[in-house]
Amino acid sequence: MGVGAFFTGKLDEAIGWARKYSIFQYPFVTACCGMEYMATACSHYDVDRFGAGLPRFSPRQADVLFVVGTISHKMAPVLKRIYDQMCEPKWVVAFGVCTCTGGFYDNYATVQGIDTIIPVDVYIPGCPPRPESVIDGLMKLQDKIAAGTQRF
Amino acid sequence: MDGQAILARLRARLGAGVLDTHAYRGDHTAVVARAALADALAFCRDDAGLKFDMLVDVTAVDYLKFPGREDGPRFDVVYHLYSVDHNHRLRLKVAVEQDDAWVPTAAGLWPIANWLEREVWDMFGIRFEGHPDLRRLLLYEEFVGHPLRKDYPINRRQPLIGPKV
Repeated sequence: MGVGAFFTGKLDEAIGWARKYSIFQYPFVTACCGMEYMATACSHYDVDRFGAGLPRFSPRQADVLFVVGTISHKMAPVLKRIYDQMCEPKWVVAFGVCTCTGGFYDNYATVQGIDTIIPVDVYIPGCPPRPESVIDGLMKLQDKIAAGTQRF
Repeated sequence: MDGQAILARLRARLGAGVLDTHAYRGDHTAVVARAALADALAFCRDDAGLKFDMLVDVTAVDYLKFPGREDGPRFDVVYHLYSVDHNHRLRLKVAVEQDDAWVPTAAGLWPIANWLEREVWDMFGIRFEGHPDLRRLLLYEEFVGHPLRKDYPINRRQPLIGPKV
């Protein structure tokens, strides 16, 4: 390890720090979990204090895809398309059990976990998860963002 | 109009087309033969005394494992009708065999029948002759099978489909 590695290491840390405190999420809300998402984002459980307070409703402008709510098989290609349209670096949060594993919809119409379609970084279980759980998941995501090697 | 009067009027018009009628706790039902169905629905909508201008629902029942009906026709297509002006309701049922699962469409009479019949096709596999665009409504096109039939296994998984590009 030389001096160069020290500087790139510090640069990586700085970029990770900047990225984790400026999350532009794309809330892909389909169902009831959206209520808890909104509750978390609003003033009582404020998510703006983590720098994640500005949702971008376009995948081109977002870096974290919050998949909130049940994904049916009919919706799955749309989700994949939205994920593909996001630019690197991007992360995915599976919000609620329906996105983690299909939830209690063990049937013909529901995708049994969105990790069968897109790669997921953080799973937040709950039906719906309490805002405290959501914030815990968000902080885990922040750790992951800060620690990630930067791919340019 | 009283429920029994509705059924009497329907019988008077269709004669042998009405196979059975029954009433239970205020719900009046007429079991109609498929050959008389198109006439029955048109009569229900257009007759001034009945005036069923609202098709509330089209659905189907699968009697595959129903005790007492294993030998009979497998499906029943059920129409729920309501009249806004007269505030009375009627249910029409048509028995349909498994190998001959079709029924004339009501889409020409009530525009909502277009989607209600697409849902019945999607879930049960009963065709509606004369329907302008009979395709799946709730499930995606590549889905194999009709899920609300009693012989669709509850834990069958369909292959995931990708984006259309």
